[in-house]
Amino acid sequence: MTTQNAKVQTADHEKIANAAGGDFATFEGAQVSLGEKLHQFFHKYPVAAPTIVLLTAIALFSFVIGERFLHPFNLSLILQQVTIIGVLGIAQTLIILTAGIDLSVGAVMVLTSVIMGRMAVDLGMPSGMALSIGLIAGAVTGWINGLLVTRFRLPPFIVTLGTWNIFFALNLWYSRSETIRSQEIDAVAPLLHWTGNAIDIFGARLTYGSLLMLALFVVIWYALKWTAWGKHVYATGDDPASARLAGIRTERVLMSVYVVAGVLCAVAAWVLIGRIGSVSPQAGMMANLDSITAVVIGGTSLFGGRGSIFGTLMGALVVGVFRNGLALAGVDVLWQEFTVGALIIVAVGVDQWIRKV
Amino acid sequence: MKKQLSALALAMAFASPLALAAEAPIVGLITKTNTNPFFVKMRQGAEQKAESMGIELRSFSGKFDGDNESQVQAIENLIAAGAKGILLTPSDPAAIVPAVEQAREAGLLVIALDTPLSPASAADATFATDNFKAGVLIGEWAKAQLGDKAATAKIAMLDLNSSEITVDVARDQGFLQGFGIELNDPNDIGDETDPRIVGNEVTQGAEEGGRTAMENLLQKEPGINVVYTINEPAAAGAYEALKAVGKTDALIVSVDGGCPGVSNVRDGVIGATSMQFPLLMASMGVDAIMEFAKTGTRPQASEGLDFVNTGVELITDTPVEGIESRTSAQGLELCWG
Repeated sequence: MTTQNAKVQTADHEKIANAAGGDFATFEGAQVSLGEKLHQFFHKYPVAAPTIVLLTAIALFSFVIGERFLHPFNLSLILQQVTIIGVLGIAQTLIILTAGIDLSVGAVMVLTSVIMGRMAVDLGMPSGMALSIGLIAGAVTGWINGLLVTRFRLPPFIVTLGTWNIFFALNLWYSRSETIRSQEIDAVAPLLHWTGNAIDIFGARLTYGSLLMLALFVVIWYALKWTAWGKHVYATGDDPASARLAGIRTERVLMSVYVVAGVLCAVAAWVLIGRIGSVSPQAGMMANLDSITAVVIGGTSLFGGRGSIFGTLMGALVVGVFRNGLALAGVDVLWQEFTVGALIIVAVGVDQWIRKV
Repeated sequence: MKKQLSALALAMAFASPLALAAEAPIVGLITKTNTNPFFVKMRQGAEQKAESMGIELRSFSGKFDGDNESQVQAIENLIAAGAKGILLTPSDPAAIVPAVEQAREAGLLVIALDTPLSPASAADATFATDNFKAGVLIGEWAKAQLGDKAATAKIAMLDLNSSEITVDVARDQGFLQGFGIELNDPNDIGDETDPRIVGNEVTQGAEEGGRTAMENLLQKEPGINVVYTINEPAAAGAYEALKAVGKTDALIVSVDGGCPGVSNVRDGVIGATSMQFPLLMASMGVDAIMEFAKTGTRPQASEGLDFVNTGVELITDTPVEGIESRTSAQGLELCWG
């Protein structure tokens, strides 16, 4: 309508006013089209789009594969397979909500897992202490990232590109590129394997790691939705200048987000050890990109300030469902990768469409 | 051309008798990454050897698997430094060839380690594990272990990644041939039609990938009793998945001979593994370069192969008739990483 106005000479404004039926400004009328309604719905609930994709994918594979796919055990297996990326995804969502990006999450995870493993196995520390030191180390890495972003005003992409390499190199140095085997951990530090233990319920097998991940999603969801801190995170990501004018200490908010993300990466390390048994300096090579994939498919905007934490859970599950379903269907691995790539593009396209207000 | 000439001039300047008298001869080692224990051990092997011979070893590596650019830079640096020769594990066997030609024109001996160049003749020699044979050994061992049950085996194939690089293909196809399965195209993974193969999945050669791949294949066929794995970390991950569903009787076979893997043979996690010798690869390489610097003789390929075979040994605690093997205790003496 505005474009039409621009094309027509101003002298014709009378005619235009009549042609438009006098309706110059309507916000909510009965005339809203279905497409517009959908648009408003998706705009209001960022978690909706990835949830629809997830349900569609589950329906599709149930139809193609049937019972083997839909069996509670298989569904709980998918949950296990996305647990590490899910926890890293929570960290990544927080960072991306502040319009940042964290390329170092995988490196922090593997570094903190090596710290936990070596403290317990090589130094003979009580495993609770080893775990705590790992979590503190995670907080320190987050603090370093946060300091470089807030104090030195460097772009998060560049900062975490650098610290990714630094933390990964430290991991190789501290681990001497050597693996600690599952049996050695079992012998002295069963606590590090705790996240791999499971409860069987209705044919499903839920690992403590998966339950921990779900609990973390709920905690962070609550913090984002119902606390002042959460509102500040969204405000800082959406428009830092306005947030500052509104009295929000944006640098403090950013710092807290990076530290929390660092701790979450260390929690992911605990989950990782439970899942693979060993402590391997080679683990989590692609985890940073996989976590970003989960966040993007989950409908959180890379421009910051818009998205939902449960969207990330859906995003991680979508990738997990496709990988597991295509594997069960016997589809070649390269098509699994192709599919995940296509999902990313579609998700970003949907995000752009939703942002068109 | 100009670049080559200046490199040549530089190399000649450095190789003048004066320079030689003043300092130790230089040998370059360029690995794919400095992260993989295999390459870390390779570098240690070369360093030990160089130290004992009074040679200066200069090590370089790519930043990630597939990083050709860093390797090209390393070759250029070594030419300029007047190195006698270069030991190279190519990240991109085809793309690195022009840089290798430049080095050879400047009078350096270039030896490919572990991974042949494409074409292999672009290097003066290749020192590598016979990966096909490594696969054949564990395939024959698995078949012999199963005895009559081999005819109805249910096999999971845990490969590296979707790129199907030479090492991945050779081990996979070697295993299948050893087990007595029709290969169809021996350059293609996963084109076999034998019903005993449950499926091929990829692991990225790591524990997490091994576990996920094994979980998915078990969902497809719970009765899997033979598991081929590209390397020992993938095998450790696969074992975690089998353990989780209480199937610890499946035979897992692997390739590498890293110390954690050999320990897993000892503990009954892995049934048999084919050991390769990265330290030997590197020290033989250093020897060959010094031999070339002294007398000008180039290394000769092993009988019937187009590379120098640095050996492969089957490590298992349940030996079978007719396949030579060592125990895990002996393996722990020889292992790396």
